Parts: sequence; C-alpha cells; structure tokens
Amino acid sequence: MTKMTLREAITDAMRVEMRLDPNVILLGEDVAGGRGGSGGEGEKSGGVMGLTAGLYTEFGAERIIDTPISESAIMGAAAGASLTGLRPIAELMFADFFGVCFDQIYNQAAKFRYMFGNQKGAPMVIRTMIGAGVGAGPQHSQAVYPIFAHIPGLKVVVPTTPYDAKGLLIQAIRDNDPVIFCEHKMLFAEEGEVPDEAYTIEFGKARVVCEGNDVTVVGIGRMALLAEKAAVILSKEGISVEVIDPRTLSPFDMDTVLDSIEKTGRLAVVDESTPICSYASEIASIAASEAFSSLRAPICKITAPHTPVPAAPNLEAAYVPSVERIVAEVRKISNYKSKI
Amino acid sequence: MQLSRDDLREAYTTMKRIRVFEERMRTEFQKGEMPGFVHLYCGQEAIATGVCMHLSNTDNIGSTHRGHGHCIAKGCDVKDMALEIYCREDGLCKGKGGSMHIADLSKGMLGANAIVGGSPPLAVGAALAAKTLKNKAVAVAFIGDGASNQGTVFEAMNLAVVLKLPVIFVYENNGYAEFTGIDYHCGAVDITTRSSGFGMPAVKVDGTDFFAVHDVMREAVERARSGDGPTSIECEALRWYGHYEGDPQAYRSKTEVKEIKANKDPLEIFKQKVLEKELMENVEFEEINSLIEKEVDDAIKLALNSPLPPLSSLEENVYESY
Repeated sequence: MTKMTLREAITDAMRVEMRLDPNVILLGEDVAGGRGGSGGEGEKSGGVMGLTAGLYTEFGAERIIDTPISESAIMGAAAGASLTGLRPIAELMFADFFGVCFDQIYNQAAKFRYMFGNQKGAPMVIRTMIGAGVGAGPQHSQAVYPIFAHIPGLKVVVPTTPYDAKGLLIQAIRDNDPVIFCEHKMLFAEEGEVPDEAYTIEFGKARVVCEGNDVTVVGIGRMALLAEKAAVILSKEGISVEVIDPRTLSPFDMDTVLDSIEKTGRLAVVDESTPICSYASEIASIAASEAFSSLRAPICKITAPHTPVPAAPNLEAAYVPSVERIVAEVRKISNYKSKI
Repeated sequence: MQLSRDDLREAYTTMKRIRVFEERMRTEFQKGEMPGFVHLYCGQEAIATGVCMHLSNTDNIGSTHRGHGHCIAKGCDVKDMALEIYCREDGLCKGKGGSMHIADLSKGMLGANAIVGGSPPLAVGAALAAKTLKNKAVAVAFIGDGASNQGTVFEAMNLAVVLKLPVIFVYENNGYAEFTGIDYHCGAVDITTRSSGFGMPAVKVDGTDFFAVHDVMREAVERARSGDGPTSIECEALRWYGHYEGDPQAYRSKTEVKEIKANKDPLEIFKQKVLEKELMENVEFEEINSLIEKEVDDAIKLALNSPLPPLSSLEENVYESY
C-alpha cells in the first residue's frame, strides 16, 4: 500500500497494466509531454494535468503516442486498433471535446459488437476529464457523463477515490467493450491508500460510503465526497444518512440503492451534471417505480441548473451542488410529513 | 502486366461476382422484400478488385455505405452477405447490421459504414495496430468523393502521415456525393491535390481500368509494408445507378449513364485487354459468368428461405457482459 493522490493512482494503473500487457497503448494530445518543437524536458510533464508523467520514459514512443489535436482521429484510431489486436487508452483531454469526435465513439466503437453480430467489441478506454471548480468556463467544465451513459454499448465509470480510480481503470483496460473513464479535475489531489500491485474493481458494484437509516443519498463522482461531508453535519442533528457512491453509471448498481431505500424510505441524488435527461433523473425514475411502496418522502434531485457552466467564481460555486445545499435538501426530505 | 493467368481469372471472377450480385440486389430490392436501403457498386468493380487483390485476410479495410463490392473483393462469402442484407439470423452480423454495416473481421473487413467519412479513422487505427504489433499488415480506407469533404478524413490523413502508418487511402470518385456533383462539392482543383497537401504521395487513376488500379496499389502496398507511410489513390469511375436504389437521379443527364455503360464498363475494358493479348479465351469468361450467376442465385434463394433473427436476440450482444 502506498499513500497517493487520485492523479498518481491513475498514472499507476496505466503503468502497471502496460507492464503486464504489451498490447496496451496510450494515445492523445501531449500524453508524451509534447513532441517536436524546440525540445526540452516535455516528457516529464505528463501532459496538461501531469497524468502520464514517466510513461513515455518507460514505454517509449511506440506505446505512448502524442497525436495532433484531432479528436476524431484519436478516437477512431483507438477504435480501429481495438478491433485489430490492441487495447488502446485514448485520452480525450476534456470531456467537453466529445462534441468534435462523438461519431467515432457512439456510432462506431459503441456499436461494433451489436452491429457486427458479436464478432468483436472495441476493447478501448477513453480517459477524460470532467467537472467544474477551476473557473474554466462553459467548454472545459461539464460533467457530461449522462450523454455517454445514454449510449448502448458504452460503459461509464466515475471514480471518487484513489483506490477506486486505480482498480476501476485496470478493469476498464481489461474490459472487452469500450469504457468512458471520467476523471474529475477537482479530485486529482485527493489522497488515499492504494495497493502497489494490479487489482480490479468489478463494474456495477456501488460503494456504500457510510451507512445510515434515515435518508439514502446517491452521490455521483465528486458529489459522493460532498455527500459524505453533509452526512457528518446531518448526523449531529440526529439525521442518519447512508451515502452511496455508484462508481459506475453504466452498468449501474440499482440493487444497492433499492436495498438502501427499503431501509431509509427516502432518496436524494446529488449529481453535478445538468438536470434534464440526467442520471439523477434515471435513478429517481427507477426508484419511483421499483421502490414505490418504501418511499416516505418525495425523491429529491440535487443537480446543477439547466445552464452551461459559468466561468465567474461566484456563479460557478452556485452552479455546483454544495455541502450546504445537500444538508438543506436532505433535512427537508427527512422532515417531510405525508398528508395522507 | 505482371499478372499470371490465375490472377487474371481471379480478377475477372471478383469483378463479375460484384456485378452480378449488385444487379441482382437491384432487381430483388425492387420487389420490396429487402429491409432498408441498398447502395449499388456497379461501375466501380475494378477499384475494389484492383485494390483488394494485394491484400490478405490479415490486412484490414474500412468501407463505406456502398460496401458490397468491398466485401466481395475482400473475400466475404456471397451467401453470408445475402443473408445479412436480408437481415437473416445466419447473416454475417446475425441480421443486426444489414447492407450498410456488413462486417467480416475474419476477412479483415472492418465494416461497411453508414456514416460518410466514418471509416478512415478506423483504418488508421488498424494501421496503428499493425505498426505496433509489427505484423506487416496494411490497412485501406475506402472513401467516396462525398466523404472527401469530411473532417474525419483530413484528421485521419494527417495522423497517418505524422505517425507514418501503413495505410492506403483509396478515394472512389464516382462523380456524386449523394445527389451533388463533384464539380460543385469539391472546392479544391481535385481530391488528389488535397491529399498531397497532407504530405503523402497522391496519384489519380482511371477507376474503370483494373490494371491501372492494380499497378498503383502495388506500389502503395509496398510503400506501406516497408514502413514508408501512407499513400492516397484517387480512382475515377462514375456509378451506374443512383445514390441508393430507387433514386430517380434527376441530377444527372439521361445520356451520361448510357455513355459510361457503353464505353467505360470495367468488365468489358478488362475483357478486351485480356483477349487482345490472348491471355484468356472467350470460353473462360463464359464459364466464369455462368458459375457466378448460379452462385449468386443460390445465395439469394438461401437468404429468402432463411429465418429472421429470433426475438430473443434483440437485447443480446450489446456488451460481452454487463
């Protein structure tokens, strides 16, 4: 076990898996630190967020491939290579950039297995950065995972802790279908104990962050962390909150959520993405139909508003669900009294 | 001409198989029993054939919505193809793909592609895999003149040059992007000039002349296999039929098709050249013709008499496990 940040856990996952499997390659913008130009020590930087530091030095230009800024070519090349013998990790620097390459993801890679009658799927991982919090504004801050989760054929992973990030990323690389691996930029510095060896975490298995009896709170990605903080505050008021971190959205572990609702009778979903056709809506709708008889209060959706992500720090802070908001909303459903 | 008698027989057989298959698709489609749309390859037979004769099953191709000819030239079985085009249970894709998504990975056929410009990035990926695995395989991206205006093609070409990948971009300039003529839709002097702008050798040939296509492809494949990077080949061959079968083709003159059928039939051009040089005899052509007619007829009959996929398959094979 080593104490490391989530950023280091992601790098470590790629490193250990690339050592084990020579068919794993990494391609993307500046993943080798930036080739060409007037030289320097670029490769040490590990790209814009430092996530690939050291990989080029260890694995070389054949496996750590700097590409032009051509997201369609990156995603398509990963998809084509995944059909013909490799297990590529393709980096989509910011998830917002899916807009310039979505065809290669959802019309091509996601459909291969079904469309080709199960001849083969696309064993590729798209690692991509999500989330607000650094003032990067409308085109570098979105939590667009519901768009990916909507697509049959894609799997979607949203890790919260360094331990989960490493285990889920290794599972993603070994998976025989395309996986969208969402890395929240505000979680990179989170620290935790991480095993040194390679290990996997099964998809579709939620993590119960803390147990409680009064309210179930599902927090997606970074929101699980905020929900955990809210639970500590609420416990002092005598409200016992069970926080669930789904870890993967596709597949989604609804059983764990339903079991929890059976116990608590109340559900809040905290989701950093926008509310319409969102994953929060999906969880709420399943809970409404499958746990109808257990529910003792309306289901509460705590999400971003239906707007782009603003750059101004005060607006951005108001955009992202906060600990205070979670506390207030959970308190409300906890105190709810049915009129029937 | 460096081709053996067997090569010539093979080339003609493939072209004839494509022609007969597609003509039959046309008449069968008109009967209304075929799901979806079909986009016929007639008039372009020499391109797929001249290109794919240089490839083995470990070489990969990315195709287009007009993909039947590519499938046949890459060695797909016409029975399996017919079954898929009729969306039958035993089709190449278990009936889930249909005409525009036929794939046979065992033959290196990475799929017809119903997204215009969809397959070039995939072919580049196959070339990247070949380079990484050092297996000497090459990849081919078939691209229509319509797709020549898609950004995916430009990105794929640039990446292929930057990474020096063993890929060949084969443009099939059939004169029309759906309904719109190339003289209107291509802003550059021609497609080839654009390709060379990306920094790769780019040539243009008569796509109705099997020998011309075969010759330039030989060089391109040699370049790719020896690690010297990509090549672009533009093959000009007008299509005989509409964008899709049933397209009334109000955008082209009535005489155009008559003229190309009379003067630019790839099969006739091939036959004349071969007969002139006495490399094959008339009777051989006739033998091949009747074999192919029967083969295609058997394939269609089999497809028509085969079951659709079971309803239980609707939700199967989205994932390996979920």
